[in-house]
Amino acid sequence: MASKTANQKTVAFADAPINQSLSAGDKIDLLRTMVRIRRFEQTSLKHYHNGSIGGFLHLYIGQESVAVGTISLLGDNDHVITAYRDHGHALAVGMGMDECMAELFGKATGCSKGKGGSMHYFAPDKNYWGGHGIVGGQAPLGAGLAFAVKYKGLEGCCLCYLGDGAINQGAYHESLNLASLWDLPVIYIIENNGYSMGTSQVRSSAYPKEGLAARAEGYNMAWDKIDGVSLYEIRAGVQKAVERAHKESRPSIIEILTYRHKGHSVADANAEKYRTKEEIQKYMNEHDPIEFWKSTLIAEGVITEDDYKEINKEAGAEADAAADFAIKSPYPEESEIFDHVYWEVDNNTAAGRTGRHFFHG
Amino acid sequence: MPREITYREALREGLDEELAYDDNVVIIGEEVAEYNGAYKVTEGLWKKWGDKRIIDAPISEAGFIGMGIGASMLGIRPVMELMFFSFAYVAFDQMMNNAAACRYMSGGLINVPIVVRGPANGGTNVGATHSHTPENIFANMPGLKVVTPSDAHDAKGLIKSAIRDNDPVYFMESTVLYGMTGLVPSNDELEDGELIVPIGKAKVKREGSDLTLIAHGRAVVTCLAAAEILAEKYKINAEVLDLRSIRPLDEEAIMTSVRKTHRAICVEENKPFCGVGAQISSMIMEQCFDDLDAPVLRITSADAPAFYSPPIEKLQLPNPEEIVERALSIC
Repeated sequence: MASKTANQKTVAFADAPINQSLSAGDKIDLLRTMVRIRRFEQTSLKHYHNGSIGGFLHLYIGQESVAVGTISLLGDNDHVITAYRDHGHALAVGMGMDECMAELFGKATGCSKGKGGSMHYFAPDKNYWGGHGIVGGQAPLGAGLAFAVKYKGLEGCCLCYLGDGAINQGAYHESLNLASLWDLPVIYIIENNGYSMGTSQVRSSAYPKEGLAARAEGYNMAWDKIDGVSLYEIRAGVQKAVERAHKESRPSIIEILTYRHKGHSVADANAEKYRTKEEIQKYMNEHDPIEFWKSTLIAEGVITEDDYKEINKEAGAEADAAADFAIKSPYPEESEIFDHVYWEVDNNTAAGRTGRHFFHG
Repeated sequence: MPREITYREALREGLDEELAYDDNVVIIGEEVAEYNGAYKVTEGLWKKWGDKRIIDAPISEAGFIGMGIGASMLGIRPVMELMFFSFAYVAFDQMMNNAAACRYMSGGLINVPIVVRGPANGGTNVGATHSHTPENIFANMPGLKVVTPSDAHDAKGLIKSAIRDNDPVYFMESTVLYGMTGLVPSNDELEDGELIVPIGKAKVKREGSDLTLIAHGRAVVTCLAAAEILAEKYKINAEVLDLRSIRPLDEEAIMTSVRKTHRAICVEENKPFCGVGAQISSMIMEQCFDDLDAPVLRITSADAPAFYSPPIEKLQLPNPEEIVERALSIC
């Protein structure tokens, strides 16, 4: 799993047709998206520490390949829904840094107009359905998005992401049963970073020796386990599940092994207690997907070290500009408190005008 | 000519008409299809509409209601049946967070046009787990609508409005009312060709001048019986106001009636603590204080879980005699 060279294992996945179809430009775009996610979050962390951002901030640093690799496989009828560690998926589906950063700052220009915060990003125009705060609560919604795609007769799917800590929630298991029973084209992506907040995988889950996704056997569902350090491996593995969803309307569970460099959230005081510093450092050195992809592309002659530095610099500048945008943006007006509660009220329909909808004061 | 049909048949007519009106309407729930509905509300619909539109769900409320919420975000209009509304509690996160708050948290980018319907009543000797009346609980959550039809006419007209509404509507029926008949117009006698009852509009079920009985769901029937006793035995002329929906609430109708009668009793089968009547009493106090000739009273279910033993459970629920007694205390 050395990060500095493209090892034989990765080369094998590079030969997969879905990866062979990548142009040099595509590969550079994948790198750029991962770097943009990281620089966005590093910048947000700085502003969290200076008090500009409220609540929680769950950083995705170290896991970027999962969102970028999987979302790079999707088309117009494919949908994405995830949990609260949602910044990476948002940028990967094409949301802008400005709207995402402004949301963290609680500004009116945020993607959710300051109403959602870090955990609740949405962009339905990009088939991105959140951003959900309750662990595992998005699992049935993912099945529902897939149900809708199928109901409309479209060839598409829904990627529903969840952490390894979410797999013990009942809503997830109910969703698996429905997905398999009703042949829903949903793909559950377990982003396994090893820790359910501060509780390790072995202390929180009972599972077969093959891994967390292997629970799929009990639901007669296909599954796979993928090393998340390599975009090639992610794309090659998840593409099979996407095809299964598109062609057979069958669900899958894919476990992707990854690691978060930071704590569960920035407020996680024990981030270096339940994990050793040595463990964290080892993953940062050997399992950093950005370093790995960078090395792969340099080895392939697609980029040079200088190209990477330029990409990193541009991403950093974009993140700083997004922070400036957020800082300069206005806060929402108090009057907006009652917007977006009811569609019918917002749209001033007869239904929205009939009866009292709000009861304060 | 208006037909005398049951509340159950009226609901079914409403569902059937909406299945025809919009291809995106789909009915999902336990035993709704091949079994024809645990309470036969959906009887015959699977045979008519088939597997795509009428879907039997496994016993998995959090799963299938959450799934319906996700599907509704993409424009499907799921009508989810809870065999008992009491089972909402195993789907609570889906119903309170995902249905109610996704629109808000997305800054208005999403809406959730889902209906969750089923019976929410006590009085049938099924014990505490199956006798919940959560209209106050769900009405507490901004973003949700709570509808409680008390007769066949409204059951049909309101279910049609609920399905066409672009917000989540929790539609609470009563197993005791399912078999009760009422006059429902046929479509060919209606100007618009169909029966639509707007959500948020209360109905005066009995005009009166001495006292307003404010109720919803089956408590309306109980109030109408009490009003007859009050008129016959005591010459007290009670007005009965059927709220029809809890949220949105027809505040204007409540205040108009109270300003006329100067006395009010809120009657519900809900529990007392922060019940619907608590909200309404507070509003009357704030808006009609000077119009009142007596304190606003509340009659609710007894403040204990539902008793199984049939003769005792009966005593837990509001009954006409109790309403008469309390009315006499302020009239």
